[in-house]
Amino acid sequence: MLPAVHLRSAVALAGRFPALSGVDLTVAAGEVVVVLGPNGAGKTSLLRTCAGLLTVTSGQAEVLGEDLRQDPTNVRLRVGLLGHAAPLYDELTAAENVRFAVRAARLPVTRVDAALERLGMVGRLRRTPVGRLSAGQRRRVALAALVARAPDLWLLDEPHAGLDAATRRLLADLVEEAARSGAAVLFSSHEPDLAVPLADRSVTMSGGRVAGECRGGRRPALSAVPPSSRAADVA
Amino acid sequence: MWRDALLVAGKDLRIEARSRVALWQVLPFALLVLVLSAFALGPGPSTLRAAAPGLFWLAVLFSTVLATQRSFAIEAGEGTRDGLRLSGIDPAGVFLGKAAAVAVQLFVLQVVLWAGITVLFGVRLHVVWLAVVASLLATAGLAAAGVIYGALSAGLRVRETILPLLVLPILAPVLLAGSEAWSAALSGHVSTGVSWLRILAPFAVVYVVVGIVLYGPLQEAA
Repeated sequence: MLPAVHLRSAVALAGRFPALSGVDLTVAAGEVVVVLGPNGAGKTSLLRTCAGLLTVTSGQAEVLGEDLRQDPTNVRLRVGLLGHAAPLYDELTAAENVRFAVRAARLPVTRVDAALERLGMVGRLRRTPVGRLSAGQRRRVALAALVARAPDLWLLDEPHAGLDAATRRLLADLVEEAARSGAAVLFSSHEPDLAVPLADRSVTMSGGRVAGECRGGRRPALSAVPPSSRAADVA
Repeated sequence: MWRDALLVAGKDLRIEARSRVALWQVLPFALLVLVLSAFALGPGPSTLRAAAPGLFWLAVLFSTVLATQRSFAIEAGEGTRDGLRLSGIDPAGVFLGKAAAVAVQLFVLQVVLWAGITVLFGVRLHVVWLAVVASLLATAGLAAAGVIYGALSAGLRVRETILPLLVLPILAPVLLAGSEAWSAALSGHVSTGVSWLRILAPFAVVYVVVGIVLYGPLQEAA
């Protein structure tokens, strides 16, 4: 099976500035990898590169079997990125935001309710414009959109930030479910105590490169489910 | 592409209906342009009637800049900008959807301004269809060109100030042709008006086609 992420000496630019300077990283389908490192190490750039949002100028960069140096459009359809800023429209309700994401991806809107329920955005919360929600609730709406889209590669940039303890547990469950269903999960974190137990591996970045790698705390046996059952499982 | 355009237009119009920026800011601004211009020209009814079409289109032109800025302010956040690129929506669909949403707002604005110049300047349209066709063509051109230049300036820190500088000179042919077509519609000179439609139609077609082709690279660059 092709790895979900395969980077070899990958150099990527953010505008005119180098964001990654020769990254080597492979993430298998069904694997959870956490990226650690200080501010400016290149964690966010790595996730944005894998989403096809940064230009790879040299090296090898394949995500979900697609060469990022060619056309990243197909990759973008199959990845889900939750960045620092949630991709939400303040004036739209939680349900409308998730429905927009689902319809944009040409997926059945029947997924919307299930995803919102999974994240606890029910009743009044689903009808509230997201501009009036708290930071943690907005994060849950963005996660609901991700759950509804069921991407093949989850890219989560510091997903624990701004979440209460219950939502952090829910996030851990979602990561585990996504990986069990065959999706790869790559996420960054400043909180190793929270993040490493969720992951099969942790990689440490420094200066736009992968500087080290350790085993994580996740039990590998849980990831042995074929990708074909993933969409039905998550939906 | 058309399905994506409908999705984006629906989203933008829904956001506009909730935020009411067009209702409370763009519309009053356009009416102010009309009234202040009337003050500047003086109270002579014949002067006001002669200037009415030009003032009408000047107000529409300035409002186009505001409506375009608002359309891109919706996507100004890093999250929503990336979200749109990752959404799977065809960039041509984003362009057409955004242009359609701006066009709907501009067309509604023109209906109100039409009522405004009728009351304030005492003018009456003799050839209504000519004015309506001119408005439809001009609106398509204004919205398409506005959205292209809106996307061009979207990634810049000085986008609010650079957009009028970029887009107003480009829209000058619409100001000229729209004003002349409306003058003809007011005076009943159909053949003169139709000749000005021959400028508005290609302008709209060219900018819609350019937008469909170029919006993807512009979105990436922003």
